[in-house]
Amino acid sequence: MVETIDIGMVNWSRALFALTAMYHWIFAPLTLGLSWIIAFYETIYYRTGDESWRKLTKFWMKLFGINFAIGVATGIILEFEFGTNWSNYSWMVGDIFGAPLAIEGIAAFFLESTFFAVMFFGWNRVSKRFHLVSTYMVAIGSNLSALWILVANAWMQYPVGMTFNPDTARFEMQDIMAVIFSPVAISKFTHTTSSSFLFASLFVVSVSSWYLLKQRHLKMAKRSILVASVFGLVASLYVVFTGDEAAFQDARHQPMKLAAFEAHYVGDSPSGLIAFGIMNPNKELRDDRNAFYLKVKFPRMLSLLAKRTFDGYVPGLEDLIYGNPNEGIMGAVQKMKRGKIAVASLADYKAAKLNDDILASKNALETFRAHEAYFGYGFFEQPEQALPSVGIMFYSFHIMAGLGFLFILIFILFIVFGFKDKLSQTGWLLKLGVPLFFLGFIAQEAGWLVAEVGRQPWAIQSMLPVSIARTNLDSGTVAATFFIFLGLFTILLIAEIKIMLTQIQHGPEEV
Amino acid sequence: MTLGRSLWKIIIVKLVIILFILKIFFFPNYLKNNFDTDAARSDHVINELTTRQVHSQ
Repeated sequence: MVETIDIGMVNWSRALFALTAMYHWIFAPLTLGLSWIIAFYETIYYRTGDESWRKLTKFWMKLFGINFAIGVATGIILEFEFGTNWSNYSWMVGDIFGAPLAIEGIAAFFLESTFFAVMFFGWNRVSKRFHLVSTYMVAIGSNLSALWILVANAWMQYPVGMTFNPDTARFEMQDIMAVIFSPVAISKFTHTTSSSFLFASLFVVSVSSWYLLKQRHLKMAKRSILVASVFGLVASLYVVFTGDEAAFQDARHQPMKLAAFEAHYVGDSPSGLIAFGIMNPNKELRDDRNAFYLKVKFPRMLSLLAKRTFDGYVPGLEDLIYGNPNEGIMGAVQKMKRGKIAVASLADYKAAKLNDDILASKNALETFRAHEAYFGYGFFEQPEQALPSVGIMFYSFHIMAGLGFLFILIFILFIVFGFKDKLSQTGWLLKLGVPLFFLGFIAQEAGWLVAEVGRQPWAIQSMLPVSIARTNLDSGTVAATFFIFLGLFTILLIAEIKIMLTQIQHGPEEV
Repeated sequence: MTLGRSLWKIIIVKLVIILFILKIFFFPNYLKNNFDTDAARSDHVINELTTRQVHSQ
């Protein structure tokens, strides 16, 4: 008997998880990036012995500490939500996620926390060299923490190195190296960390621009901007490179995500990349409406991004949903048929095992294995259910990418005027610099929307839809939790902003 | 140090809320609380996998 699912409850659980993750991601990227910037400032102090660099380092370290204190442990709530709201998923992936998350908790977090104590409380208590090493270890530890979380996330996008055990209903790790070094994991880690470096650089430029506009702490602000802008420029160029690789990996392993963020409804060759567009919200698959009211395209660039050739065929959403035999593309329609065989054979296998029917269980397992790759499609009623939200994807991707290129230009301007020592006289640039942090925040969250909304409807790509991954809870309970969290997170965010602004207002010790 | 004290207070209050209120009252582990053995948990999940379908909204 097929039972129905309360979609309202699923969506509340998704909203709760998204809220927690987006809130966590205000703090995490600042920690990842600021830890390196502080280490660079301290390196200059170590090499020059100039006391003003020490005071500058301590000021940014203080802001780093506030961010760390408010943000620490907010990620744990995500793990709680796995057990409560996503119990089927949590059970199925326990073996895969257990190893990376344990390494993250034991090695990376303890590494980070131990040296964090030395970094904060060790000034004048340990040697300058050991203090500097501790600051670098905090940066390495923070980024190693991110590695394991991102490896787990990448596995959800591209599940490799595992096998599904039909007796326990768990994915079992077969090859941890395949999980850690999957191309999606490498691309996710490099893109996420480099964008965090960029984000933290924007934070430093924002605060320092405000000081320069107010004619306060001029020497400290100019020095801070120069180092952060160089780091930010290098990081932003690397973000472009890693973003390109991420899109290429999407094309290979999650083509629906790529087609959705380009609102690429009909496949073509050569295929252009949309630079700017206004979507038609009424557009549906296979209707005659134009997908855009207005669009500007870079010819052939989507082919280059997705296929690494100027004339490669890039499948559209309609190809991926309904199939395109001419291009050898299997659609969700065909995958659903195979998936339903996989689901049915799993049920047959379980029944045969209960009846001790060895032959029947063997046959059922063989059938299951032959169709296992499409297992998740077996839960769908309509092929269109395999489609993520195209509107959210398109705008999130283009906002993220557009801001990314804008940041490159802004960092170059800050470097040019910074090296000419003309920053104090370029009020227009400083006024542009102050809100940069907020633009960086928008780009960060938009990037995660592309990654995670683009994964929908899957909890695990092609294997487990979110609607099956969930716990069967009452939607009212999940909705109530969502609003309690909204209140709690808002209070914590206000606390952070208030303490941060007080410290920024107070400024560093005069140098 | 005023800033240090404020941050420690925030960390402690937050950890108490997360670990002793949210975890206990809002985030019980569904499978651990409702099933006694791993075999029962497996059966429950397999049952979910073989009897559910995602319906169009």
